[in-house]
Amino acid sequence: MVFLPHNSIEPRANPAFSRVPILPNIYDLVAFTLLGGAIALVVHGTSDMSGSLALLEKQPISLGIGHLPEYALRTTLRMFAGILISLVFTFVVATFAAKNHRAGQIIVPAMDILQSVPVLGFLTFTVTFFLRLFPGQEIGAECASIFAIFTSQVWNMAFSFYQSLTSIPTDLDEVCRSFKLSGWQRFWRLEAPFAAPGLIWNTMMSMSGGWFFVVASEAITVGNTDIRLPGIGSYLALAIDEKNFSAIAAAVLAMVVIILLYNQLLFRPILAWAEKFKVEQSTSKEKVNSWVYDIIRHTRLIKCLSAPFLWIGQQLMMLRFSSAENQVNPANADTYSKIGDYAWGFCVLSAILWGGWVTFDYLRQALSWQDLWISFSCGLMTLLRVAVLILLASLLWVPVGIWIGLRPSLAQHIQPIAQFLAAFPANVLFPFVVIAIVVTGANPNIWLSPLMILGTQWYILFNVIAGAASFPTDLKEAVAVYQIRSWTWWRRVMLPGIFPYYITGALTATGGSWNASIVAEVASWGNTQLEAYGLGAYIANATTAGDVRRVVLGIVVMAFFVTFFNRILWRPLYAFAERRIRFN
Amino acid sequence: MDNSVLVKNPPLVSVQDVCQSYDNGTSGQITVLDNINMELRRGEIVGLLGRSGSGKSTLLRAIAGLIQPTKGTVTFEGKLISGTSSDVAVVFQNFALFPWLTVLENVEIGLEARGVKPAARRQQALSAIDLIGLDGYESAYPKELSGGMRQRVGLARALVVHPKLLLMDEPFSALDVLTSETLRNDLLDLWSEGRMPIEAILMVTHNIEDAVLMCDHILIFGSNPGHIIGEIHVQLPQPRNRLDPAFREILEEIYSLMTSKTDSTNRLPSEPFVGNGIAIVLPKVSVNELAGLIETIAAPPYNGKADLPPLAASLRLEIDDLFPVGETLQLLRFVEMEKGDIRLTPLGQRFVESELDDRKHLFSQQLSVYVPLAAHIRCILDERPSHKASAQRFRDELQDYMSEEAANDTIKAVTSMARYAEYFAYDEESDLFTLDNPS
Repeated sequence: MVFLPHNSIEPRANPAFSRVPILPNIYDLVAFTLLGGAIALVVHGTSDMSGSLALLEKQPISLGIGHLPEYALRTTLRMFAGILISLVFTFVVATFAAKNHRAGQIIVPAMDILQSVPVLGFLTFTVTFFLRLFPGQEIGAECASIFAIFTSQVWNMAFSFYQSLTSIPTDLDEVCRSFKLSGWQRFWRLEAPFAAPGLIWNTMMSMSGGWFFVVASEAITVGNTDIRLPGIGSYLALAIDEKNFSAIAAAVLAMVVIILLYNQLLFRPILAWAEKFKVEQSTSKEKVNSWVYDIIRHTRLIKCLSAPFLWIGQQLMMLRFSSAENQVNPANADTYSKIGDYAWGFCVLSAILWGGWVTFDYLRQALSWQDLWISFSCGLMTLLRVAVLILLASLLWVPVGIWIGLRPSLAQHIQPIAQFLAAFPANVLFPFVVIAIVVTGANPNIWLSPLMILGTQWYILFNVIAGAASFPTDLKEAVAVYQIRSWTWWRRVMLPGIFPYYITGALTATGGSWNASIVAEVASWGNTQLEAYGLGAYIANATTAGDVRRVVLGIVVMAFFVTFFNRILWRPLYAFAERRIRFN
Repeated sequence: MDNSVLVKNPPLVSVQDVCQSYDNGTSGQITVLDNINMELRRGEIVGLLGRSGSGKSTLLRAIAGLIQPTKGTVTFEGKLISGTSSDVAVVFQNFALFPWLTVLENVEIGLEARGVKPAARRQQALSAIDLIGLDGYESAYPKELSGGMRQRVGLARALVVHPKLLLMDEPFSALDVLTSETLRNDLLDLWSEGRMPIEAILMVTHNIEDAVLMCDHILIFGSNPGHIIGEIHVQLPQPRNRLDPAFREILEEIYSLMTSKTDSTNRLPSEPFVGNGIAIVLPKVSVNELAGLIETIAAPPYNGKADLPPLAASLRLEIDDLFPVGETLQLLRFVEMEKGDIRLTPLGQRFVESELDDRKHLFSQQLSVYVPLAAHIRCILDERPSHKASAQRFRDELQDYMSEEAANDTIKAVTSMARYAEYFAYDEESDLFTLDNPS
């Protein structure tokens, strides 16, 4: 329970509550078992992280099934460490961006560009850094891995939080100001709860994103550094190297089990608890149910034991870190510092120019214009792939999504499955694709491409399902009454109806596909390695070769492509959808 | 309450020469409040009455310390207000409750901000909840409550911090008639029995009856820019009766003030138009409402002339609905409004008797003469060979005289009238005015 330091599940005003005997009930037993088990696993998993790198080399990854639970635990812990850091980052950086006008001017575009930088891109630099920070120790490699996971999770969470903070309802803001809540109180009472639903949803999405890059972030190969951290990702990498089908199947099975477990034990309880943060004026029809949440609600002893923590939470709530005196309307506060704005703009511009020059200077020492041209043409090739794949995925998933979305009972069951499929690492399919290409002699430039969209096409499906499911009932009835069918139905009714949702999905899918090109354009199975011509392969090869300059160039080109298309294509389409095709 | 005592006691709040304006980018300032002077004394309930856009909510926020007026001063107990004060609490139109906090936690929030210890806070909150009639709902979440109950939570939250001044921003306007009646009566009972620790109440409303039922003192606001056009003392004893002739008289007086031609709002045709005439702020009114009102006045029992209070009551229209429609009709010379009456002109009579095509013709004729903006757009469309013009261009042009929002509303109003009259057409997709009506 991250968002509020106290949990107001129990009816606190209920006088009968104080007379309830403090005897544990059956729910306490279950809750204690779950809690105890979780703590034991965390302790066990983290204690292994502190060994030395030499020890790690002595005990290489083994494909024995017996090791899999241990590996699964380690991977899960890394995922959660990544999520935890992402949350801290989100709370600090996104809040800062939203509160400070000038900081926001830098942070928001910076995050926009950073989210287009592929995971491997970060890894190249951070591995060296962390290994030097903890020489000879496994924890250095663990940090690099967790950092890679963090970079695949954090951006959408931070953006969601930032957007919530900038769209706080005016009247709630005025209540906080008229009662003079301190900045600290305001954050926990208004801002964090208001942002919670969006943040939780994005955190779940981020977990899927983390899984997709699990191989890349655990089996780290940068230049001469070759580290395989114990975990499902390394297990999968080894299984692919050794052409071991049954080990791949075991890894996938382990993944399914873990994803199911943390969904049931963590995300669903949080979703059920977070229902109350939704700003809607009536009780919603469909509630999220979670048996874990129900158990926690029914415990007695745990509630009593958590009372001291609630007390600490309440005391924390009364802290006044910043003085709330004289909070004037921010609209007025902004106007008096025009000169400051110009000075600030000048500083930022100089910093950007300087940074650009440093990068250029660094690159030109070893690279020529020829390299820029090569990486750019690689980028164009990948662009073509992304565009064609998004088009194909749309043709497939839009009708399917509409079909599912119009059947609410079905939509409920499909949603979790699609979420799992989004977490499915592309590496798992390598064997099948590589064997198929080798056997049939097909062109890898074409047939490796589908791997790029493997994880991201589901965003289109999610969003189209959501759009079709929220299609207004009265419009559906009108369609039935006027017997609108076939092409007219698609063109005039359904496609415009889901358009805003589709845009959101396609935008996410496009960004994700660019990112995935790094693991998708180079596929290996045993000793066979296939490669497609494209920017993803360019960066992946440069990373393996430890050629830092080409990695930087590749990243710059990729960030350029992604940001450029976001600006000239997706943003305008999104704005158009917001303006024209909305139901209210 | 004895009036002679009230006069002697010094004002709790004093507003002097307050102006509020916003920067409008290129073209300078948009004034929302113009030179407001008022006082609020202990023991009084004061109402700020006016329609939306008259700046009354802005004045309330200035008194609450939520905004700093551009010019002039607001003092509370003789001290200049800068920022919010713990002696002032606000009740909001749409309740502004935190959906993730229970009723009890919502009520406690103001105390928590002051660092009151949990036990003391609980006790005070429970007694406020008790006072306001919310017993048994302590652990409910706002979304489980009805609108009336939610506003009670808003009231309890305001009262629990023991403010000297209670500010209410349209507290009943989101509630249905019956609910607001009960809540108003309960509030008045608490007030008259002295059970609330409050010294004065300031209430913003656009409902004339609400104001007359509750207030000792009503300030009537005019629009564009917001200013006080009149002030009424209500000396009827509580509880007040809507059917009381004295009550009806005050209602009549307020309507008469609001339709008075000496009102400086530039919407009235007796006043010269501002600038080149295109800069009249037009309210968002649908053509159906215009035609509907004309027909209602023409029909029995009004037969061409209606008294505004009963008309508003029978149509269930609040002043925010009735006045924009009436004034737009007045601008087009279909009706005359004066001294709280609305009267059909001969032209209005002709409109009622005409068929649809003639109505459109009449409408377009009046539009071309009396709505300079419409004539201006039409003129430009006629001049251009393509007969097309970007609507944005006119919006920008209007923004030299009014706020962006008012400019958008005005363009929408003109578009809606011109479409009905087939005076010119508008294509939303390309945001263009055109002459060709799709057939």
